[in-house]
Amino acid sequence: MRREQRSLAIRRIGGSPAFVAGAAIFLLLAALALFAPWLTSYGPYDMKVTERLNAPSGTHLLGTDEFGRDLLTRLMYGARVSIGVGLVVALLSSLLGLLIGVYAAYYKTLDHVLMRICDGLVAIPGILLAIALMAALGASALNVVIALTIVFTPNIARVVRSSALIVKEQTYIEAMRAQGAGDLRIIWRHIVPNTLSPLLVQASFVFAEAIISEAALSFLGAGVPAPEPSWGNILQASKLVIYKAWWMVVFPGAIIVLSVLSLNLLGDGLRDWLDPRVKGKRT
Amino acid sequence: MLAYVAKRLLSLVPVLFVVTIVLFLIIHVTPGGPAASILGLEASGEEIAELNQELGLDRPIALQYVSWVGKVLRGDLGNSIFMNQSVAQAIREHAGPTLSLAIIAQFIAIALAIPFGIWAAYKRGTAADFTLMGISLLGMAVPGFLLGLFLMLLFGVHLQWLPVAGYKELSAGFWEHVKHLILPGLSLGTIQAALITRMTRSSMLDVLNLNYIKTARSKGLRESGVLLKHAFRNAFLPILTVLGQTFGTLVTGAVVVESIFNIPGLGQLILNSIARRDYSVIQGVVLVATLLYVGINLIIDLLYGAVDPRVRLDRK
Repeated sequence: MRREQRSLAIRRIGGSPAFVAGAAIFLLLAALALFAPWLTSYGPYDMKVTERLNAPSGTHLLGTDEFGRDLLTRLMYGARVSIGVGLVVALLSSLLGLLIGVYAAYYKTLDHVLMRICDGLVAIPGILLAIALMAALGASALNVVIALTIVFTPNIARVVRSSALIVKEQTYIEAMRAQGAGDLRIIWRHIVPNTLSPLLVQASFVFAEAIISEAALSFLGAGVPAPEPSWGNILQASKLVIYKAWWMVVFPGAIIVLSVLSLNLLGDGLRDWLDPRVKGKRT
Repeated sequence: MLAYVAKRLLSLVPVLFVVTIVLFLIIHVTPGGPAASILGLEASGEEIAELNQELGLDRPIALQYVSWVGKVLRGDLGNSIFMNQSVAQAIREHAGPTLSLAIIAQFIAIALAIPFGIWAAYKRGTAADFTLMGISLLGMAVPGFLLGLFLMLLFGVHLQWLPVAGYKELSAGFWEHVKHLILPGLSLGTIQAALITRMTRSSMLDVLNLNYIKTARSKGLRESGVLLKHAFRNAFLPILTVLGQTFGTLVTGAVVVESIFNIPGLGQLILNSIARRDYSVIQGVVLVATLLYVGINLIIDLLYGAVDPRVRLDRK
């Protein structure tokens, strides 16, 4: 029965064009990042002064930047930083958000404290909070991860809390408690698994948001510092040469849009898949 | 209604408490402390201690917090170390362009979104609907600063229809002022337009299925009258909420877009302050933006309560 359910589930999500397209594009981008050293013969820091700001051509598919570095190579290595930052932020804020959300839902006193802190953090506009944190911590990829995790955790905590609250009120949890099950067991064996699907959907959106935020921070000069390539700081450089080199704007821009779009499609697909109302319709 | 207002205001107290704590602490997480950060690597211990004393950073941290909040409540956001003026003054000088930009962006967003949203709902399930929804999905995936660069490249550099960057005060003439804000306004307003379009569509769809719309149609009213007078009025409430939320995001989103188009607003102020390690300015700008954001949401909530009595009855 379980295997049947599983294959049905896989078939159903496989039948969602949004999810499949999102996953395919995203895997492609991830593969470009992962296999960069084997896919390009240039290094991300190889400068060639004579080839500064060359338009796209056979030798440099996407052209070169203001130092004569191959743009495609920089974008592929930049993907490691940008997707990497996004992934780590999504994972960390999911983990923290899960802990905060579940424990806040379970213990009332903790709820007041934790949720007021989350309310306060959410009230500060995300990008400004990130900028302020980066100003204090200093520009580096690690600090971008720290700043963005602080920004996104409260959102996830709220989502997890609201679904944990629903589970907590179910009769079977009451029955478990009456049978003498401990808090830890109830929380981790019964509440946590039931919050995972909304968490997963939310995490995919945070992933996309984190990629955008990293790009914005680096673009503003408060994120990943040059010369380490990230999509944001490549764009930052492009602003200065916008009159001469359209490719410096168009390609990094397109790759950011593509990654965000693919993650959004993935998230939408996941949500449709996990939403019981949609499930009812399709099975 | 009064009880609702009071309750809503009270709920802000803990939020603002946390906001002030966070913003206050941000300064203190700088590696080596703010004074060392401001003075740079070559500063001696004595110089750091001196600046600490000058900034009041040598006092117990709780005391520093209380005195900072006390000053903030009196409208004193401290002084800029670099610009030789008060932070409040600096913010006042830079707020105009940001506000102008946010208003123009909001105008663009509404002008695009509401007709499109209504149209998409009316043409539900047709090619027009799918196209509009596809574009809005794309609009949400393109961050403002990116769209700004694209627009700058197309309309500023290639077609040369609009200025690439820069800012003109309103005193230089209305058109001059607006002309410089069209591209930034579009880059900022598009995401909002996408959101509002989707919201308008779904909220129109909810209403269009109701019986009173069928009645209106069967009375022989013209379709435009049914859509605008009957349906849109009732569909407007959820849209109003989104409008309020997006205006808050516009003010903060402006910070990023300003830096692309060299608009001397709050965004540029905060970015310049990062480079100068002028922490009190950063703190001040973020605090003011947050208050604005929270304030706008409060107003929208209260408006919502005023327009729809169910809201305030529900929450009592």
